[in-house]
Amino acid sequence: MSGRRNWLQRLRQESAIPGFGLALGYSLTWLGLIVLVPLAVLVLRALELGPSELWRIISDDRTRAALRVSFGLSFLAAVVNGIAGLAVAWVLVRYRFPGRRLLDALVDLPFALPTAVAGIALTALYAPNGWLGSLLKMIGIKVAYTPLGIFIALVFIGLPFVVRTLQPVLEDIDHEIEEAAATLGARRWQTVFQVLLPTVFPAWLTGFALALARAVGEYGSVIFIAGNIPYVSEIAPLLIVIRLEEFNYAGATAIATAMLFIAFVLLLIINLLQVWTRRRLGHV
Amino acid sequence: MSKHRDVTQERRLVQCLLIAGVALFLAIFLVLPLVIVFVEAFRNGVRTYFEALTDPESLAAIRLTLLVAAIAVPANLLFGIAASWAIAKFDFHGKSVLNTLIDLPFSVSPVISGLIYVLLFGAQGVLGPWLEAHGVQIIFAVPGIVLATIFVTFPFVARELIPLMQQQGTREEEMALSLGASGFKTFLLVTLPNIKWGLLYGVLLCNARAMGEFGAVSVVSGHIRGVTNTMPLHVEILYNEYSFAAAFAVASLLAMLALITLVMKSLLEWRFGAELAARKRHP
Repeated sequence: MSGRRNWLQRLRQESAIPGFGLALGYSLTWLGLIVLVPLAVLVLRALELGPSELWRIISDDRTRAALRVSFGLSFLAAVVNGIAGLAVAWVLVRYRFPGRRLLDALVDLPFALPTAVAGIALTALYAPNGWLGSLLKMIGIKVAYTPLGIFIALVFIGLPFVVRTLQPVLEDIDHEIEEAAATLGARRWQTVFQVLLPTVFPAWLTGFALALARAVGEYGSVIFIAGNIPYVSEIAPLLIVIRLEEFNYAGATAIATAMLFIAFVLLLIINLLQVWTRRRLGHV
Repeated sequence: MSKHRDVTQERRLVQCLLIAGVALFLAIFLVLPLVIVFVEAFRNGVRTYFEALTDPESLAAIRLTLLVAAIAVPANLLFGIAASWAIAKFDFHGKSVLNTLIDLPFSVSPVISGLIYVLLFGAQGVLGPWLEAHGVQIIFAVPGIVLATIFVTFPFVARELIPLMQQQGTREEEMALSLGASGFKTFLLVTLPNIKWGLLYGVLLCNARAMGEFGAVSVVSGHIRGVTNTMPLHVEILYNEYSFAAAFAVASLLAMLALITLVMKSLLEWRFGAELAARKRHP
C-alpha cells in the first residue's frame, strides 16, 4: 500500500484533491481494454505477416486501386470542403442575416445523421431518376454508382470539420488589423486575401486534415452510392469488409495497416506544414 | 449594419451574393438529403410506413439499438468523468500522451474499429479458440456490437469534459474539501453542478453516434435478422432487398434522432454556451 502511494506521489504533483489513483486507474484500464489492446492486436497481426507478405497483399492491383480511389477522392473532397467550408464559416461569423442560426445549426447535420441514412438518401437524390440525378443526367453527368458519387458523399460527411475549426478562429480576429490594412490603403479584397486568410491558414489546415482523415475511413455513406465496382469505385474500407467476409484475415489486416500508415504519413505532413506556416507567419 | 461604409466589411452586394451562395449550397448538400428521407419513407402512404416500422424485425432492430446505446453511453460517461477528473484536476507525467490516446478512436476508420475486435475475438482471432472452448460468443453476437459501439464513441464525453474542467480549475473543490466535505460529496455537490451541461452535451453526441453507427457494427454483427441487426444495419438489409419504402421508414426514425440531437445541441449552445467548454461558440 505504501509502496503504491509512493509511486503515485512520484507520478504527480502535490494536490489536495482526492481520487487521483481511482480516476487514473479506471481510465487507463478502460482505455487499455477497449482501445489499446485491440489496436495492438492489429499491429501484432501485421508484424506476424512480415514485410514481404504485407507488401504482396498491398501491391495487389485491386488493393492498390482501392487505396487510390479512397485517398484520391478523399483528398479532392477535402479540398472542396476547404473552399466551401471557408465560405460557410465566413458567412456565419461575419454577416448577420435572418436564418443564420438555422444554417449554423444545420452545419452539424452530417455529424448527427447516421452514415447509412446519409448513404441511401444521397443515392436516392443522385440516382438517374432522382431529383438531382435526373437534372444532372440532362447535361450528361452521371453521379450515382460512379466515383463522382463517392466524391459527393465524402463532401457531405466532411463539411462540418472545416466550418467548425474555422469559426472560432475567424471570431477571434482582431478588427484593428483590418482597420490598419484599410488605413494603409489596402482594398477590401487585398485585406481579405493577403491579411485575414493567411492568419487563419493553420486552422484551415487542421480542418482540412480532419475532413481528409474522416473521408479516408468513411464507409456507410459511401457504399450505397459508390456502385462498388472493383478497380473503379471500390473504396479501401469496403475491400477490408470483403476480405473479412472471405475469412481472409491476413488480407483485411494488411489493407487496414496500409490505410492507417498512409493516413498517418499524410497527417504528419500536414502537421509539419502547419508548424512551418505558423513559424513563417510569426504565430506562437 | 451601419449606414456609412465600414472598412472591415465587404460591399453589400458581395455579402448578399456570398450569403445566397452559402444558403444554396447548404440547401442542396444538407437539406435535400434530409427531406428525401421523409419523402421516400411516405412514398407508398402512411399505412405502409407504419407497417414497415411495426414489422417484428424492425422492432427487434429498434430494441437492439436502444439496448446497445443503453450500455455504451453510460460506459463512456463513466470513463469520461474518470478521465477528465484525472487529466483536468491533476498534473502528472504522461498527461498529454493520455490525452492524445483518448482521441485515437476518432482517427480510426469505423471498418478498422470493427476489424480489430474480429482479430481479437473472432473464430480465427487471438482469443477465439479459448472463447469457443468456453462457449462464449462475442463476434456475430450482441457483445461484439456493444464493444464496437463503445470503441467508436469512446472520446465523446471525455472530449467535452476535459477542456471544461481544465478551465474551471480546482479552487472550488479545494474550498469544499477544506471546509470538511468528503471527496465524493465534493464531486457530487461542487463539480457535478459545474459540468452538468457539458456532460449532457457529450452524452447527446455520444448517444447519436452510438445509435447511428454503421461501419464498425456491420463488421462484427454478422447480420442475423432479428438477433444482431441494429437499426442502421436493418436499413441496409431492407435497401439491398429493394424494399425502399421500408428502408427509408426505418431511416426516417434515425433522421428524427439526428434532428432531435441537433435541436437539443443548439439549445444547449445558445442557452448555456458559457457553461460548455471554452472552445464552444456562444453567439
